[in-house]
Amino acid sequence: MLALNNIEVIYDGVILVLKGVSVTVREGGITTLLGANGAGKTTTLKAISGLLRSERGEVTKGSVEFSGERIDGRPPHEIVKRGIVQIFEGRRVFEHLTTEENLIAGAHIQTSRQRVQEGIERVYAYFPPLKERRTVQAGYLSGGEQQMLVIGRALMSHPRVMLLDEPSLGLAPMLVEEIFEIVQRLNREERLTVLLVEQNATLALAIADHGYVMENGRIVLDGTADALKENADIKEFYLGLTEVGARKSYRDVKHYKRRKRWLS
Amino acid sequence: MFDWYFFGLLMSNGILIGLMYSLIALGFVLVYKATDAINFAQGEFVMIAGFLVAVALGLYGAPLWLAVGVGLAAMIGFGFGLERVVLRPLIGRPVVAVIMATIGLSAVLRGFGPLVWGAETRPLPLPISDEPIVWGPLFVPPIQILGAVVSLLFLAAFGWFFLKSRKGIAMRAVADNQQVAMAMGINVERYFGLAWAMAGVVSALGGIVWGSLLGVDVHLALVGFKVFPVVILGGLDSIPGAILGGLIVGLVENVAAGYIDPHVGGGTKDFAPYLLMIIALMVRPYGIFGKPTIERV
Repeated sequence: MLALNNIEVIYDGVILVLKGVSVTVREGGITTLLGANGAGKTTTLKAISGLLRSERGEVTKGSVEFSGERIDGRPPHEIVKRGIVQIFEGRRVFEHLTTEENLIAGAHIQTSRQRVQEGIERVYAYFPPLKERRTVQAGYLSGGEQQMLVIGRALMSHPRVMLLDEPSLGLAPMLVEEIFEIVQRLNREERLTVLLVEQNATLALAIADHGYVMENGRIVLDGTADALKENADIKEFYLGLTEVGARKSYRDVKHYKRRKRWLS
Repeated sequence: MFDWYFFGLLMSNGILIGLMYSLIALGFVLVYKATDAINFAQGEFVMIAGFLVAVALGLYGAPLWLAVGVGLAAMIGFGFGLERVVLRPLIGRPVVAVIMATIGLSAVLRGFGPLVWGAETRPLPLPISDEPIVWGPLFVPPIQILGAVVSLLFLAAFGWFFLKSRKGIAMRAVADNQQVAMAMGINVERYFGLAWAMAGVVSALGGIVWGSLLGVDVHLALVGFKVFPVVILGGLDSIPGAILGGLIVGLVENVAAGYIDPHVGGGTKDFAPYLLMIIALMVRPYGIFGKPTIERV
């Protein structure tokens, strides 16, 4: 449904950030993109949503296709209209707007007033705490409420694909679980396709059905979530599991070699 | 004994003039609210609008409704054009770049007006009488009442727009966070254009009432300087703040002129608002109604 074909992204005309990334997002599924800081995960999302342009980046090679049409180089408001919405990391609510005004702003592409109202009710149904805080300025909401609000706000445009960037960042583990459950429900009940960027591989692989691992602007590994969970490298570098009983000195050598192979 | 009549006269005059300041400040606030740009050319907008209407009336003998229509349409076009040509290329540049661009623009416009339409003061006659309306001990010129009514009307209209309408909410969202607004499907550039066009409308109205009061020449642009004490007192991004700031500046000006001028020989009117502005900056740097968070640009 959504496919990135060997894309290359350059910032400011000189800084090469993505060096040939190919990702396929299946309709109705949850796909996750794992990787460390600076691997290029967020840039990948911005390449899809068209927001690269506002940061003076551009897709210089390859293509982004959505439902068989090329969307790279299109302005972000057009991409939202086509049904792809990006949620930034770090809970970027409109701080000076109230909760409900945030939702109304999220529904900007909707033309009918009634659909906006329905959208608001739908968001309150998924995130009941938001209803109680509807008239509060979003800047004063708690971290969990803000994360709910940014997801709810994105839902207001009735997207087909949601690009979700590190929803777990800076939240208490219990809240993170709650948020992930809701993402899963949205995926099941609303048939919402999700591309989830995460550093927390355990959580992400638990709800995803397919995963990609990025490093230094490249995809270094991909497979079904179950296969990735069993992958020795993933276990070691992302899930923090070690082979029980293995001798440390050997592992260290292997660790080094494996890193090297990925980086080359 | 305290002269209440004199005091009342100063107050009524201050309120009416103050509301007319609010109208001009509104143009400034609209732009700042939506685009975070500080418009140093607000007074020149008013001057250009005044010129347009005065020339249409005087030189071409157009009927008033047509002249006003021409002024409004031209200023809307001017707002959109300005955003497209001058300000859009500056998106994402440091704030100083925008400030410098508007300062440059103000100088260009101040030269452009007299260059095209001549340096003499043009009258901008409105079909209302010059005779002050006497109302008890107060007497007020009708033009000031008209100005005050127009200001209140538009302040209320824009207040409603920002608080209740979806477009207004989108505009505030743009002001709050441009990138996130883009990600929500809001066409940020179009809203920037809209904000400048709205500033154009308000400036056109300001140009008509102020031009009618003072006559239209290059000095009309000087009313733009009063915008700064008004918006700094009220808050750069607040519409109620523009009203309150305008009222404060109008009152302070008149009261200062009425009571201090006789002792010092005049001129108090011109600096009293700025003195107040400096004090306000020390006490409440974001204005009475401004957003209390400090902007990190």
